[in-house]
Amino acid sequence: MTGERRLVCIACPVGCRLAIRQEEGGEIRVSGNQCEKGDTYGREELLAPRRVVTATVRLTGSALRRLPVKTHLPLPREHIAALLAEASRLAVRAPVARGQVLLADFLATGVDLVATRTVEASGG
Amino acid sequence: MTGKRYDALVFGGGSAGMAAAARIAAGGFSVAVLERERELGGVLNQCIHSGFGLKVFREDLTGPEYAERYCQRLASASGVDVYLETTAQEVGAAGAETPLTVYGYSRLHGILELSARAGVLAMGCRERNRGNIGIPGTRPAGVYTAGFAQRLLNIDGYLPGRRAVIVGSGDIGLIMARRLTWSGAEVLGVVEIQSYPSGLTRNVVQCLNDFGIPLHLSHVVSRILGRNRVEGVEVSPLEDGVPKQEKAFRLDCDTVLLSVGLLPDTELAKKLGVALNPETGGPLVDAGLQTSVAGVFACGNLLHVHDLVDYVTEEAERCAERVCEYLAGEYELAQHRVVPGANVRYVVPNRYFPGRENRFYLRALVVKNQARLELRIGGETVKQRRLAHVQPSEMVSFTLKPAELAGLASKADNALEVSIA
Amino acid sequence: MAGESVYDVAVIGAGVIGAAIARQLSCYRLNVVLLEKEADACFGISKANSGIIHGGFHHGPDALKARLEILGNTLFDRLQRQLHFPFRRCGILVAALSVEEMKAVEKLYENGVRNKVIGIELAGRERMLALEPQLNPDVVGGLHAPSGGVIEPYRFVFALIENAQDNGVELATGFELTGVEHENGAFLLVSAQGRRVRARYAVNAAGLYADSVSALFGAEQFTIVPRKGEEFLLDRNAKGLPGKVVFPVPTRLSKGILVIPTVEGTCMVGPTAVEIQDKEDLATSQSNLELVFAAARRLVPALSERDIITSFAGLRPTLAGGDFLIESSRRVPRLVQVAGIQSPGLTAAPAVSEYVKDLLKKAGLTLVEKPDWDPYLPEVPRIRELTPFQVDELTRRDPAYGEVVCRCEGVSEAEIVAAVRRGHRTLDGIKFYTRAQMGRCQGGFCTYRILRILARETGQPVEAITKRGPGSELLGGEL
Repeated sequence: MTGERRLVCIACPVGCRLAIRQEEGGEIRVSGNQCEKGDTYGREELLAPRRVVTATVRLTGSALRRLPVKTHLPLPREHIAALLAEASRLAVRAPVARGQVLLADFLATGVDLVATRTVEASGG
Repeated sequence: MTGKRYDALVFGGGSAGMAAAARIAAGGFSVAVLERERELGGVLNQCIHSGFGLKVFREDLTGPEYAERYCQRLASASGVDVYLETTAQEVGAAGAETPLTVYGYSRLHGILELSARAGVLAMGCRERNRGNIGIPGTRPAGVYTAGFAQRLLNIDGYLPGRRAVIVGSGDIGLIMARRLTWSGAEVLGVVEIQSYPSGLTRNVVQCLNDFGIPLHLSHVVSRILGRNRVEGVEVSPLEDGVPKQEKAFRLDCDTVLLSVGLLPDTELAKKLGVALNPETGGPLVDAGLQTSVAGVFACGNLLHVHDLVDYVTEEAERCAERVCEYLAGEYELAQHRVVPGANVRYVVPNRYFPGRENRFYLRALVVKNQARLELRIGGETVKQRRLAHVQPSEMVSFTLKPAELAGLASKADNALEVSIA
Repeated sequence: MAGESVYDVAVIGAGVIGAAIARQLSCYRLNVVLLEKEADACFGISKANSGIIHGGFHHGPDALKARLEILGNTLFDRLQRQLHFPFRRCGILVAALSVEEMKAVEKLYENGVRNKVIGIELAGRERMLALEPQLNPDVVGGLHAPSGGVIEPYRFVFALIENAQDNGVELATGFELTGVEHENGAFLLVSAQGRRVRARYAVNAAGLYADSVSALFGAEQFTIVPRKGEEFLLDRNAKGLPGKVVFPVPTRLSKGILVIPTVEGTCMVGPTAVEIQDKEDLATSQSNLELVFAAARRLVPALSERDIITSFAGLRPTLAGGDFLIESSRRVPRLVQVAGIQSPGLTAAPAVSEYVKDLLKKAGLTLVEKPDWDPYLPEVPRIRELTPFQVDELTRRDPAYGEVVCRCEGVSEAEIVAAVRRGHRTLDGIKFYTRAQMGRCQGGFCTYRILRILARETGQPVEAITKRGPGSELLGGEL
């Protein structure tokens, strides 16, 4: 890829406008940043963009019908659709503890899907 | 009818209410929390995304995780009664020793007559709706405020629709754009009246750019179409602040989500006769966050709409400290005025303590990098601070200590003017 | 056809006119059916009614609508005692802001005198301002009709129908009349969904579609032209709200833009008057806002757009000539036409229903009074009207009175359940019956609770719940 990618850095509220190119030899060059964080962010966005994914999954055994969940680390973007599909097939039964792992090491990325709240079992 | 007396009543069991109640209880006072939902946590329960607690815990938590920490803190506090599924619907007559009396309506508890020496208004905010902004067109099903749709989706598990247009690029709208897309719905665009997005840049990137959702800046939804269910919207560009309907284009959709601002939810405050600040929509408060009604305090989104829950918690805890002083008969009355100066829309609170530390929150009127916060008394500069980036949608907070006042507070004109240069 | 009985009377259209007629007929030993094409009653023209009980001075006694308005006006106190809808005789003022306008007001006063309106008076500037301190101090004089008032139109219509139902009338909603066959001594009425009803007599009270219904019967040809009116609802905490209904001097097209203190304590400003083509066009527009508020501030200067909670539009069914058309069809025996009932239709409704009853009698319908006809509706307690102590009493017999669903308007779960059990299964129907969703937050906090209650009470899935009938489903599916 030799084209230039333009994006806004989100590492801090300033929002530097970055330009990121991959040179012929494979080297990544980031410009427009005012600090190190921008350089790191620019590189990652180009090479291996990741995001924390949050969602809800079906919950049974409680008056609450949905359990909020998140990936405990940012997940590579190319796997997000698969994760969401897998999550939509999940049905978790209360009681659940905050932090409980619902899907471990998704697609060998080292990223778990965990519950973000504790729910007691109750008539539901 | 059950009647109960407390030292303090806290109205609202969200982030502000939980923090305030825990701190008042820690001060050794009896406190009751009234919460109309089935659980504590307020709007945090439906904010399943992350970004909470970066300041308070130095962690990136989701809303439910943040809420749970405070729920647990409250649960382990003694001297706190939590009334869930209870709405403070009516205000009663003031008693001699308990000037604050309210009636809590609940199917669980019946009608409760609750009285106290002090109260904390922490009911949060409500959303500006279609009626407030008057979008012309038909009245089909499918027009919702973004927070309402968020609740339906995240708590109840229902999609508001399948193809949505979002009005307003505030954070709630942006977050919902991503949430709907991740839930299998299609978001056709976000329409923003200003020439810049009103939410955080990181949200524009992660919620719109990631999905290729178009952001139409300087545009408005000029018409909603569809008789029984939304069928589409007309989007018009603004030129010189006026919608040019000749240049309108149509987006076919079945849902319109409105993310057009939040308003402090002052139903109960009005019933209590609390004076309101037209700039914030919330109560006018003194340096200790006490309203115009003696013993009634306000904090959190009810006082003024925040962007970060961390500031809500901080504000609520400080408010609670003042409530404790009030209950102990030690409330500091020596206070002077605070006035918003250049480029500042509002400052909260509206008074400062010359004799103790103050914490203020403000919103700017301008978008600027390398700006300067200036505090002046009688024309003399008291304090300055560099602000790398300032914009109306990002609240600024700052502290002012007595030593920094350098005696200026004893001047005849001792109003503190807060400006941005 | 087994099981198909013949009704004595089918009333077509469950707006205020059809509802009043149904209740009137429920006094007699008759099998009456009230047919309504929408999912609930009061969803047509009556939905956007301004809620005014008019003072009987806008037209002279030559107009049928004036005669029925005067008579109707006098009946509301008794109706309120029987049916418990919110109603208050606050009085009506017509304000003149110039000598010219005062001349027009004097003509209205003359109408009132000829119509024998009780208490109507002309007032000078000082008296006008004493009667209504919020009036424009430049007012020159005006007219005062103390018999005028304000009413909650939905509660009135629903109460009429409920009482009619309690006395044996059947209500069939979702019945859109698409065909009429003439049998021996009866009409076979067929709906779009294929439902069939037979009735010996029929009353066409179909509002905007009275012309189409008349055509289905093969009866008289006339054209209903919709005239749209937009109104704005102001917050009850707004400053400068008047205590009396304030009218300007009327124009050729309409009574003008009014300032209406509603019986609920809010205020409505409007309506506009624009003739349109499409009978389904209820769209609001931006340009009307400035027009309406300029006109309203001419009467009550302190009103402000900042206090707007919402706006909505309604359609008036106008007929050439402008008067009510209430007569037995000359072409089709046993059909009574009730068409072109625009303002003062609601005020006139109780009198219209008597008039129609007499027309039916003349057409041959035998009227035998029911000795056990009960004009009284049981009162549904509404927590917004009660003290906490009274609500506490109620919660002992039903804890759901303690559960606040709509905190803006103060509506309990028990009232929502009562609405659903009375047949109101759409969000709009529940809104009109209880006021939930009408307040400042416009349903932001109560709607998800109402969905839950509706699903529980009716057994239908939440995804099937609609705003106002099929096609207006709230949700897009379950996750």
